[in-house]
This record gives sequence, structure tokens and C-alpha cells, in this order.
Amino acid sequence: MPTTITMPQLGETVTEGTVAQWLKNVGDSVDKYEDFVEVSTDKVNAGVPSPVTGTIRELLVKEGETVATGTPIAVIDEAGAAPKAAEAPATAPRGEPAPAPQGPSGNGAPVSVAETADLESAARGASPAVRRLAREHHVDIRTIKGTGANGRVTAEDILAAARTGGTTQIAAPPTPPAATAPPPAAAPPIVPGATQTSTYAQPVPGTFVTLSQARRIIAERMVESRHTAPHAWSMVEVDVTDVWQWRVREKDRFERETGYRLTLLPFFVRAVVKALAEFPLMNAKFVAGTGSAPPSIYVNPEMNIGVAIGLPANLVVPVIRHADKLSIKGLAIAGGELIDKARKGKLGVDDLAGGTFTVNNNGANGSWASAPIINAGQAGIVTMEAIVKKLVVRNDDSIAIRQMMNACLSLDHRVVDGYVASGFLASLKRHLEAMGPQGEL
Amino acid sequence: MAVVSANATVMNNVEAVRATLYDALKSDERVCILGEDVGARGNVFLITKDFVGEFGERRIIDTPIAEASIVGIAVGMAMEGLRPVAEIQFADFIYPSFNQIVGEAAKIRYRSNGEYTCPMVIRTPYGGGVRGALSHSVSIEALFYHVPGLKIVAPSFPADVKGLLNTAIDDPDPVLFLEHKKTYRLIKGEVPNGHYTIPLGKANVLKEGTQLSVVSYGLYVHWALDAARQLEGESLSVEVIDLRSIRPMDKTAILESIQKTRKLLIVHEDNKFGGIGAEISAMVAEEALFNLDAPIRRLCGPDVPAMGYALPLEEEFMSSPAEMANAMREMVKF
Repeated sequence: MPTTITMPQLGETVTEGTVAQWLKNVGDSVDKYEDFVEVSTDKVNAGVPSPVTGTIRELLVKEGETVATGTPIAVIDEAGAAPKAAEAPATAPRGEPAPAPQGPSGNGAPVSVAETADLESAARGASPAVRRLAREHHVDIRTIKGTGANGRVTAEDILAAARTGGTTQIAAPPTPPAATAPPPAAAPPIVPGATQTSTYAQPVPGTFVTLSQARRIIAERMVESRHTAPHAWSMVEVDVTDVWQWRVREKDRFERETGYRLTLLPFFVRAVVKALAEFPLMNAKFVAGTGSAPPSIYVNPEMNIGVAIGLPANLVVPVIRHADKLSIKGLAIAGGELIDKARKGKLGVDDLAGGTFTVNNNGANGSWASAPIINAGQAGIVTMEAIVKKLVVRNDDSIAIRQMMNACLSLDHRVVDGYVASGFLASLKRHLEAMGPQGEL
Repeated sequence: MAVVSANATVMNNVEAVRATLYDALKSDERVCILGEDVGARGNVFLITKDFVGEFGERRIIDTPIAEASIVGIAVGMAMEGLRPVAEIQFADFIYPSFNQIVGEAAKIRYRSNGEYTCPMVIRTPYGGGVRGALSHSVSIEALFYHVPGLKIVAPSFPADVKGLLNTAIDDPDPVLFLEHKKTYRLIKGEVPNGHYTIPLGKANVLKEGTQLSVVSYGLYVHWALDAARQLEGESLSVEVIDLRSIRPMDKTAILESIQKTRKLLIVHEDNKFGGIGAEISAMVAEEALFNLDAPIRRLCGPDVPAMGYALPLEEEFMSSPAEMANAMREMVKF
């Protein structure tokens, strides 16, 4: 094992030393405690003993040269110690003293070799704060000369480097090599204070909106779903007069008792899970074949209903777990909690994972029909559109003013066909129309 | 007690405890004091001197040497509407009352589904550095720290003693009020006149700094402050935070400080293993790992059964301001 010897501190206020004379040359053997170099300072001249028994591998400083204390001056290969695997001749038998490797001779590279090793270990030993700051500021830790204890790179060193821009900066966060399409034309650099970029919440014409992590994921997932799942679309018109009246009747008391607003969402989710129970293939996902495994359809054992919630700068789809096990009241509370969390930005990973079907209550702004993109990994998504009063001819040929709503379904045609989809929509319509105008929530 | 201005009086920590208790007895007839030697003797530090003459034996109650009874009786008084301030003469004697504190007082509210609360204070002098040997030196906070339902306060300055003791007496639940013996007469400071309170769970940034956060409480707050000021002369900038309340802990103050300094040193007299510093370290590791630029360090008492009487043993147990300064120096330079 090579041992690096540094310029010792000879005396309390001494900060540098001069190599007066090398007592050993490269290749010479040296005993532990044997002087191998004579160092002079403005206070003393002293021989420096070797800390190990071995062979001089490198002398890093010329005679007459003055260096700071702590600077590496020589490398000694310790006798008997096995050299590092990479350095050892492949044939070196175990247990025998390692032959002195043919190290680089004194001129040129050796100092930087030692330094590189130091810098690499500095990068490995970087603190969490240093790693985070280096990532955020695109600074390569290995290019920074640390000012901390033993040359450690400190958080302040990274910030200083980022401020001056004087170090080698990593051009971009490392990305896996692109397998197919070349990357789009270089993204504009993010320059603080410059006008080329703006935010999603406050977009500025003629600028690039910097995407948040969430928005990037949304974009990727949408493309993935649209490209892999062949979307088909269907719609039914539902008479929601009774369920509407039921909600109106209950909503004040509900809000007083639970603190949550009673929207139509829990009624919709209740009808959806009842319809899913009749058509389990709508609560499934397409599993692509891999290698020898043929493609298949996995029918989910649980009904975890994703609820799309639009936020000013984001779209989140938190999941009501085991929605089929909850009453309308339970669904209202679970949904209310998720909406609360979403608005406060407090949704956790668990809140967002595991959805098997998605409901989007889309009608608030008057949308009358929409063709949603399926949440990747699910078989369908249903939107509930605006509720409007219409003149309706009923089954007994009477004419009535009823509150009508369209329910739109996008489906993954690999999983279900029109037969199942229309059956599902008919079931959804039947369950919704059977609700209210009174009953137990 | 010298009057320095119309609005404040200079007093030491003993005087601050005494003045606050006196005002509480005067202003609220539900307040009563019970403990060993709190009556005729007027407490071993003379905190309750002459109280029994003024307020009578029904409110200033001398008890037998039976700590479980002191706390147990106080629990009953508190449940029935009084505001008892129980005294354990020295924290080292608190062990017999452990069950009453942990098993009863801390659980009354929960056990009765909120029907009863337990608005009591347990005051006790703790800590070493006074040649108190095995039975007059102990720190007990970590033993009780683990218990939900119990609040623990350990003020270091006379003004905090008053504000926090007032809050503790008002609090609807049990509060363990720790008074460091060595600070009793050593530490003097201005105490605002009139009634005021300081909320539990609020730390105090005593000195601002940018390179290291030091969190402490009790006697060591003063020593850490001395050390940090000394390091100013070396152009090292150390922030010193006095927790004041040990539980609830002011996480916000600690995390805000670390966001600035990226380094944390915790200094306490109680031994290190499973101590307050362990909880703070875990909290910071959970909430602020990516702000840390150095391993968290704890400068605490050693894991030995007690603080010895012999001066070298006591000194070995205690951390000196010089040791604190060294630890701070090493961490800033790390």
C-alpha cells in the first residue's frame, strides 16, 4: 500500500519547509523511523523519519524547493503489504512481498495523481448539503479545491464556485444516453434575471416556460398513454335530478357535521364503483408482453378511484382507496380530505399511487363533453360534464324539465370493446338515476 | 433585588422563582405549594421563606419525605380544580414519584376522555457543578422526555423563569419545571415587573451566527454563549439557541437556524445516550439532512452512573466552556 508523506510541521508557527536533501532515491528501501529526507525551515534543520518500512516510490519535490506544510513530498510503498489489485501484476503470488511497481519517475504527473486521489475522495465524502448544492448549481464537486478540514469541500465552497462560475461546471444534469431520437435543440440556458424563461403560473409571451418536475411527468405520462393505449370514446346522458335534490337536501347538515362540503363527486364515485363491480374489465389494465411472456390483461382486485383535481399550475389525481367499501358519506370525507391536501400541496406518494380507474368531475365550467386521456396503466376514465336543465320527453310521453348531464368515457380498446364499455356506461347511468331524492348517505 | 427601572427588577434565578410563586399565590387562591421543607423551613434555597406565615398551612403544605405522595396528592388537587405547585427538593429524589408523574399525571386527560385535566407544576432543582455528588447533581429530563402528556421546561435566565413558570401554572396539563441549581444565584438578570407569560415550546436565539448552530438549555446555555462570544474574536460566527422548553421542542427555530448555518452542535449536561440531543439529532436528520454540511455533534455528559463528588470526577463529567469552544471551533472549520 503506498503511503504518502507530507511536509511535516517543524515548530509551532512554521507553515512551510524546504527539502534540503533527499537521503534516499526512488527504488531505495527505507526502514521505519529511518530518516529519508532532510528538511530545513527558518527555525530548524531536521531529518524526517519514515513512518513505514518499504521502498521509495516517488519523490514529489525537488531539492531546494519550498512547499507548505501538509504538501505531499514522497510516496513510499510499504513492504509486505499487498498492492492494490489494479496495480498488482496478475501473476504475483499470494504472500510474497510485492515487487516495487515501476512508478512514474519524478518528472511530470505524480503531484496531480496524488491530488486527483484526494479530490475524488473529497467527492465521495461530500456531505448531503454539498451534494445537494452541487446538484442544484450544476457544479462538479471534483473540480473544487476544498477549504474545509483536510481539504474537504464545504457547502460554502460550492456556493462560492457557483457565484464566480470559475470552476468547471457540469453542463447539465447527467442523463442516460438517448437511445432513439436526438435531444431537442439545446434548451435555453436558465439565466437568473434574463427574460427567456417564465413560469407556468405566470407565463410570459415569447418565453420558454420552465417545467416543474410534476409538469414534466404529466407530459411524459400523457404521451405514454396516448401512444400506447388506443383510445375509444363513448357518452351517455344521465338524468341527475333526483341525486341533485338529494345532495341539496343533505349538504348543509353534512357540512355542519363533518366540516367537508358535499359535492356530487361522492355520488358519482359510488355509481362508478357499482358499475365497475358489474364490469370488472373496466377496472383492469393491459400488460404488454415481454420476451416469451405473452401480453395479458390484469383485473385489479381493488377499486382505487383516482379523482382528477386541477390546480393552477398542476394536475393531481389523488386516489380514494377501496372506494367500493365506502358509503357516499365515507367517499365524501375521503374525497374532501384529498382535495384539502391537494390545495395545500400536502399530497404524499401514497395518496397518489395505486389508482385503478379515474373520475373527472369536469362540468364546473360548463364543459358539455370531453375526450379525456386515460391515466396510463388503467382501462378507462370517465368525466362528469355540466348539469343543465332540459326539456325531456319521459317514458310515459310526458314532458318535464329535468337536470341532465353527460358522462363521457375514454377506454383502452386493448382491454375492452364497445360492448363492455356501453354496458358499463348504461350501468353507471342506471345507478346514478336510481339515487335519491332521499336516503341514507 | 435592585430596581433598575420602573419596568424591571434585577434578580437571580432563585429570586425569580420566589417572586413568581409569591405573585401566583397572591393573585390566584387555587395556587398552593407542597413539598419537603417548603413550610417552616421555607425551602432549602429559601424560595418559600415566610410563605407559610402569610398564606397559611392549608396552602403551603409541609409533606413527609415521600415523593410519590407529594405528586400523588398534587394530582388529586389538580383534578379537583386547584393549581398545585409540587416541589421535589432535589431532582435526584424524583424517582419514587415516577409512577405518579408518568402513570397518572401525564395520562389523566387521555384516560378521562378530556373530562379531567391535571393542571399541576412539579418544580425541582437539578444539575451538577456544585459538588453535589451522587444525590444532588443529576439531570432527569431524558427520563421524562419520552412521555406524551408531560411538558418539560428548563429556563436559564431569570426573566424566562418568571414568564415560563407563570405559563406552567396556567397550563391545563402537568408541567415538569427544571431549575438548574448552579444558575440559582450565579445568574442575574432583569425581570420585567408585572404579570407576563412566555409560551411553552418557544426557543430563544440568544446570539445570531452564520457558521454553526449550537442548541442547549440550562446552565450550559450560559457557557455555550460565553464560548461563542469568545470565538467572535477569532472571526468565527456561532449561533446559540436556548431551547427553554425541552418538550414541546421548538423544531422551527432549530431547523431555521440549520438552514442558515448547515451545522449543528448540541450541548447538554445530561448524558449523551438516549438524551435530548439524540432526539434533536434524529429530528434534524429526518427533516434537514440535505442542509447538513457536517455530521451532527453532541457534547454531553459521559455514560457513567453518576457525577462523582471528587472535583476531578465532577470536572470530567461537566463540559467546560473551553471544551465547548474547542468543539465549536472544530465544527466551524470542518
